[in-house]
Amino acid sequence: MTYFIDRRPNAKHKSAVNRQRFLERYRKHIKRSVEEAVNRRSITDMERGEKISIPTKDISEPVFQHGPGGARQVVSPGNREYLAGDRIRRPPGQGGGGEGAGEGGASNQGEGADEFAFTLSREEFLEFVFDGLALPHLQRKPLKSLEEIKMVRAGLARDGVPSRISIGRSMREAYARRIAMRAPIKRALREALDALEAEERKDPVLRNPARINELKEEIARLEKRIEAIPFIDTYDLRYHQLSAQPQPSSQAVMFCVMDVSGSMTQNHKDIAKRFFLLLYLFLERHYEKVELVFVRHHTAAREVSEEEFFYSRETGGTIVSSALSLVNGIIEKRYPSAQWNLYVAQASDGDNWDDDSTTCRDLLVKKLMPHLQYFAYVEITPHEHQSLWHEYATVADAFAERFAMRQIVEAGDIYPVFRDLFKRRLSTP
Amino acid sequence: MTLRSTPIATGSDWNFETLARFDEALARLADEYRLDTYPNQIEVITTEQMMDAYASVGMPVGYHHWSFGKQFLAVEQAYRRGQMGLAYELVINSNPCIAYLMEENTLMMQVLVMAHACYGHNSFFKGNYLFRTWTDAESIVDYLVFARKYIAQCEERHGTQAVEQLLDACHALQNYGVDRYKRPSPISADEEARRQEEREAYLQAQVNMLWRTIPEPLAGANPLPGSLHSDDDPLGLHSGGRYPAEPQENLLYFIEKNAPLLAPWQREIVRIVRKLAQYFYPQRQTQVMNEGWACFWHYTLMNRLYDDGLVDEGLILEFLQSHAAVINQPAFDSPHFSGINPYALGFAIFTDIKRICTDPTAADREWFPDIAGTPWRETLEFAMRNFKDESFIQQFLSPKVMRDLKLFLIVDDDQQESIEVAAIHDERGYRRVREALSQQYALASREPNIQVVEAAIRGDRSLTLHHVQQGRRPLARTVYPVIRHLQQLWGFPVHLLSLEEERVVRRYQWPLDAAPSDERPTS
Repeated sequence: MTYFIDRRPNAKHKSAVNRQRFLERYRKHIKRSVEEAVNRRSITDMERGEKISIPTKDISEPVFQHGPGGARQVVSPGNREYLAGDRIRRPPGQGGGGEGAGEGGASNQGEGADEFAFTLSREEFLEFVFDGLALPHLQRKPLKSLEEIKMVRAGLARDGVPSRISIGRSMREAYARRIAMRAPIKRALREALDALEAEERKDPVLRNPARINELKEEIARLEKRIEAIPFIDTYDLRYHQLSAQPQPSSQAVMFCVMDVSGSMTQNHKDIAKRFFLLLYLFLERHYEKVELVFVRHHTAAREVSEEEFFYSRETGGTIVSSALSLVNGIIEKRYPSAQWNLYVAQASDGDNWDDDSTTCRDLLVKKLMPHLQYFAYVEITPHEHQSLWHEYATVADAFAERFAMRQIVEAGDIYPVFRDLFKRRLSTP
Repeated sequence: MTLRSTPIATGSDWNFETLARFDEALARLADEYRLDTYPNQIEVITTEQMMDAYASVGMPVGYHHWSFGKQFLAVEQAYRRGQMGLAYELVINSNPCIAYLMEENTLMMQVLVMAHACYGHNSFFKGNYLFRTWTDAESIVDYLVFARKYIAQCEERHGTQAVEQLLDACHALQNYGVDRYKRPSPISADEEARRQEEREAYLQAQVNMLWRTIPEPLAGANPLPGSLHSDDDPLGLHSGGRYPAEPQENLLYFIEKNAPLLAPWQREIVRIVRKLAQYFYPQRQTQVMNEGWACFWHYTLMNRLYDDGLVDEGLILEFLQSHAAVINQPAFDSPHFSGINPYALGFAIFTDIKRICTDPTAADREWFPDIAGTPWRETLEFAMRNFKDESFIQQFLSPKVMRDLKLFLIVDDDQQESIEVAAIHDERGYRRVREALSQQYALASREPNIQVVEAAIRGDRSLTLHHVQQGRRPLARTVYPVIRHLQQLWGFPVHLLSLEEERVVRRYQWPLDAAPSDERPTS
C-alpha cells in the first residue's frame, strides 16, 4: 500500500516560529553584528538581508561528553603501511593526546568554524536596525474633519445589504419565530386529536359521525396551517451593522533639510544622504502616516522630490536660513501645527554665510521651535565648529527637550548618532 | 533471462504517474523478497520544506524551541553556500511510514529513494527488535501532536521564557532519559492526554510524600529510648537507607518523579522530552545497520529493475554513480575523511553476509560456521531483526570486510609518548579490530556513564551523581553548563563525582560555592 501526497503547495516557513525564537534569544549578539553591518554598507544598500555570525560557544547546547585525554581506541579505515606494533608520533597541534579524527563528541563539534553564521532576511535586518527607536514627543492632535474615521462593528440591525447578513443570528430568529407561531396551532391540534380519539373509542351506537367528520376536517386544516408557517421570513433576517467611529490621528510630517553647498564634499554629502536614508527607511517602516518633505539648499532653498533629494547634483554657496524660512512657509501653508506633529532633521557641514547664523537662530527661536515637536541637527565635519553650531547651541539650551544636535565625523558615526537622536524615550511633551 | 520488457520511463523528468508505476514494480519485487513493510506515505516536498523537516529532526510536527530555529538557520546557510547537499530523502518511523521526496530530484533519484526509504528503512523499522521494543510506530505522530499542544498551552499559561528554560535543561539531559534495560510501555497520545491530569495530581502527592519535612516514625516500630537521641543525629534524620536504593541511570525519569520543587506541568514537560528521547534511542544505536540494510536493498532492487528491463541503461548508470558516492569510504588520511561512513560499513557487511551464505570459502566456514551456506534471505532477515550496531558488528564483521576497508586499530593513551597501532587487518588482528569497532558503536562507551547515586532527602536535599570513567577519559568542559541545568531542575545543589576504579578523581558541583558532598564512593 502506498499513498502519494503532493505537499508542495503546503505552507512553507514551518520553522518560522523557531527561527524567531532563536533571533529573540540572541538579540544582543545579532544587534552588535547588525550595527557593524550598517556602518559598512553604502547608501543604496540598506534594503538587503545580512549575514550574521555569532561565536559558536555562546549558542552551543551542552551535553555530557568525553573530554580529551585518557586512553582511547579508534578504528579507522584505509590503512596503507602500518603494521601491528608500529608507533606513530602524535600529530602536532593536538596537545594532551586528543586524537582528532574518529570518535569522541568533542572533535565532532569542533569540526566547524568558531562562528555560527546565518543570514537575516531584509525584514529581519531592518527590524534590528530600527529596534527601539521612535519619533520623540509624538502627540495625538485634535480630530481633523471627517477623514479619519474607522468602520467598526456595532451589533446587529434589521436591515442592511445582503453581503452583511448574519446567517447564524437570522436562523436563530427564524427558529424562534417558528416555535412561537406553531405553539398555539399545535395545542389546538392536540386537543382535536384527543377529542377524535375519545369519540372513536365510544360505543359505535353512541358515536356521532358528524362530530367525527368535523374533527377530521379540523385536524386537516390545522396540519395545513402548521405546514404553511415559513421556514424563514424576511422578518427574521439580521444584518451585521457597521458604524463610523472617528479616530484620533497622530499624523506627522518630517522635513528633511540637507545642505548641498559647495563646501560639502562628496564624502560629506554621502554621509548626509546615508543619514537621511536611514531616517527615511525608519519612518517608512514604523509609521503609517508620516509625510516627508525634502528640502535642499545652498544659497537658495527648494522643495524637491525624493528622487531629486537623493540623487541631484546641483550646488552653490550657503545660506542656511533660506531653508529654515522655506520650512516655515510650508508649515504655515500646509501643515497647521494644531493638526500635525512637526519634525525637522537637518544635515550640514556647519559652514554658513557670515551673518546668516544669527538669522537662523532667530528664525528657530521665534518661528519654528514653538511649533515643532523635535528638531534634530547633525553637523558633518571633522573640523572646528563654526558660528552655526554655536548659535544652535544657544537654541539647544533654550529647548533642551526638543532640540538635539550631534556631530558626525566619519561614516561609522552615522548609525550611533541616528540611534541616539531617535532612541525611544519616555515622552513628556 | 526472459524477454526484456520496455522501461517504465526514461530520461530524468518524473511525474506522479511514473512514480506510482515504479512504486508498483518495487512493491512487487519487495514482495518477492518477502520484505515486510508498513504502508508507505510518500510526500513530495520542496527544498525549503526539506530544510524545515531537517530542523525538526524529521518530525512532521514538533513543539517550538529556539534550538530547532538554530538548526534551521545552520542548514539553510550551509545549503545556500553549497557546502552541503540536502539528503535526497527523509523517512519517519511511523505507521504509515512517511518518506519525503524532494521535487528537485531526478527520476533516477526518486526511484532510488523509494527503494531505499520506502522498502529498505521501512522494513527495518518494522522488523528490528530495538524499534519494536522502544517505539510505537502507530502512535508517534499522535503523541507529537499532543506534545506540541501541551507545550504551547504551558507557554500561554506560564510564559514562553519559563518553558524555554525548562526545555533547555531537559535537552541537555535527554541522552540520559532512557531506561536501557527495562522495556518501556508504548506511548499513545489518546491515553496520554486522558491520563495526564490524573497523573499530575498523583505525582505531586507522591513527591509531597517523599519530601515531607517531619519524619514519621514507622508504625509499630518502637525504638529504644537510647537510640532515639543519638548525639550526631538527634532527630533521626540521617538514619534509614540511602535514596534511591539503587543507582539510577535514567536521570530525566528520576527528576520527573523525585525533584522536589517542580510544578506538575514542569514534570509533564520533562516527561515529554524523555518520551521523545526514547523514541530516538533505537536510531542512535542502529545507524550502521539501518543504513546498510537500506543500501543493500536499494542496490538489490535497482539491479532487479534493470534486469527485468524496467529501467534503461542511462538510468542504471546514473544510479551506479550515485550509489558509489553514497557508499564511498575515504581513507583516514584523506581530506574528505570524517569518520567511518555508516552507509559503507553497513552495506559491506550485509553484502558480505549474502556472499558467505551463497558462496562461502573455507575461511568463512571457519569464521561463520552457523551461517555459511545457509539460505541468504533468512540469514539476512535474522541479522536485521535481532541486533544493534554494537552486537551486529561483533557478530557479522568478516575478515574480508576488514581487509576491504583496511581497518586498523590505534590506541591513543595520553600517558604514552606516541600513538600505537594495536592491530591491523591481518590474521592476528581481526578479532581485536572487530572487538574495538564494536565498542566504538556501543552507546555505553560513546557517552559518559553517569548515574544518580544519592538524593539527600533527609539532609540538605542535594543530589549526588557518579561518573564512572572508562579508560581514564575525563568529562569535557561542557559538564558545568549541564550540571547547572540539572541543578535548575532539581532545585538544590548538585554534585558530580568522577570515579576511576572506585576512587574519586575529580569532583564537580553546582552552585560552585555549595558545601562539598560527603565522601562516599559507591559501595
